[in-house]
Amino acid sequence: MSATPAPAIEIDHLTKFYGTREIVRDLCLTVPSGSIYGFLGRNGMGKTTTIRILLGFEEPTRGRTRVLGEDSSRLSPANRARIGYLPEGHHVYGWMTVRECGKFQASFFPKWNQDVFEAVITHFRLEAKMKAGHLSRGQRAGLCLALTLAPEPELLVLDDPALGLDPVARRSLLQSMLYVTRQPSRTILFSSHLLSDVERVADRIVVLDGGVLRADCTVETFRSRLRHYVLKFRDTPPPTPRLPGLLESFRTDRELIITLANVTPDVEEQIARLGPESIESVEMTLEDAFVSYVGERGEKTFFTRQLNGK
Amino acid sequence: MSLAFSISPASEVPIFRQIMHQIQRAVAARALQVGEQLPAVRSLAETLVINPNTVARAYQELIREGLLESRAGRGVFVAERRQVFSEAEQARRLRHLAEQLCHEAVLLGTRWGELRALVETTWKQLQSQPESHT
Repeated sequence: MSATPAPAIEIDHLTKFYGTREIVRDLCLTVPSGSIYGFLGRNGMGKTTTIRILLGFEEPTRGRTRVLGEDSSRLSPANRARIGYLPEGHHVYGWMTVRECGKFQASFFPKWNQDVFEAVITHFRLEAKMKAGHLSRGQRAGLCLALTLAPEPELLVLDDPALGLDPVARRSLLQSMLYVTRQPSRTILFSSHLLSDVERVADRIVVLDGGVLRADCTVETFRSRLRHYVLKFRDTPPPTPRLPGLLESFRTDRELIITLANVTPDVEEQIARLGPESIESVEMTLEDAFVSYVGERGEKTFFTRQLNGK
Repeated sequence: MSLAFSISPASEVPIFRQIMHQIQRAVAARALQVGEQLPAVRSLAETLVINPNTVARAYQELIREGLLESRAGRGVFVAERRQVFSEAEQARRLRHLAEQLCHEAVLLGTRWGELRALVETTWKQLQSQPESHT
């Protein structure tokens, strides 16, 4: 076996300002080669900016990023050809046909696998003669994906590829992503708001909130660190205590429902001391966990780092 | 092999556990026989459109629990039945499941007689399935 390959992406203390507005703050992240990373965060939280800096389209204010072992601001054409980038919005040249789009794109790349191009085109039920400008959103996504995959990139960066797609087209997209990573050296970083898609295909998730990294872990770890507790009381529940890691609380006549991050035995003891008749700990869906974690309610500053690692 | 997996990502139950449950159910109902081979990780992942590591995780957990076994270079098979849990652990697991069943039944307004009859029927159905061919 050869030595472990360089990480596909290395982000080292990246900070980005637009004017006085801080978009990304001190972001550190390593995406190892051969993995699928889901890049999550609400709109305007710095995902697209981070991606654009990674690809060298924008300069960082501080810090640096490396892609495929090379500094983003000085990516050589040879390395650029090893990266497939699907920008947000599925842009195409409307006056070209599907076949012409393929020929045009192929002329920029030293490596072009026409079989891959045609397979993706067929998968999305496109025909070579179709005018790109007349395609539906899902078909355009298919065309863009075909154009991105045909050069057989080692690193795929997909900025919200599922935006505007119907369920069938989304499934085709996920299938294509899994197909790409059949080869263990291929890496995907994709941003998405569709958490069920992310749960299907991602090895790990990265959560950006207000330009700050708030989680870098497996889907499983993320879910397991966030829990709902349903406390039932004989009478009106006591006021919600100030528990470390409290994200949300919700009260009814007899119930207190709290959502907590990184529960420790100590916190569980504090919950028990409230004297409820029963305590039920409920697992959350990824979507519920995400909404609790980055939603408006609750405190925002604890455990940036604790969710990192395993 | 008569295994029709179905998974739903937007569930409280993690995907790897959903796969585990379905394999467990299939083995209990003898839809999967002892010695039978499971689909390769890669092919099941592609069928279900999920990350292969998720399938691998489900297999690993079931191998650890003794339900499946991995034969080097050949794949994953349903293992000969053997008990990997201590008696205390078996009892704990069963007690947990019994509690769950009873809670649900109470919420649904089921009477004890009905519940007992249901459990009995389910048990007998499992017993009457054809025995394993190995």
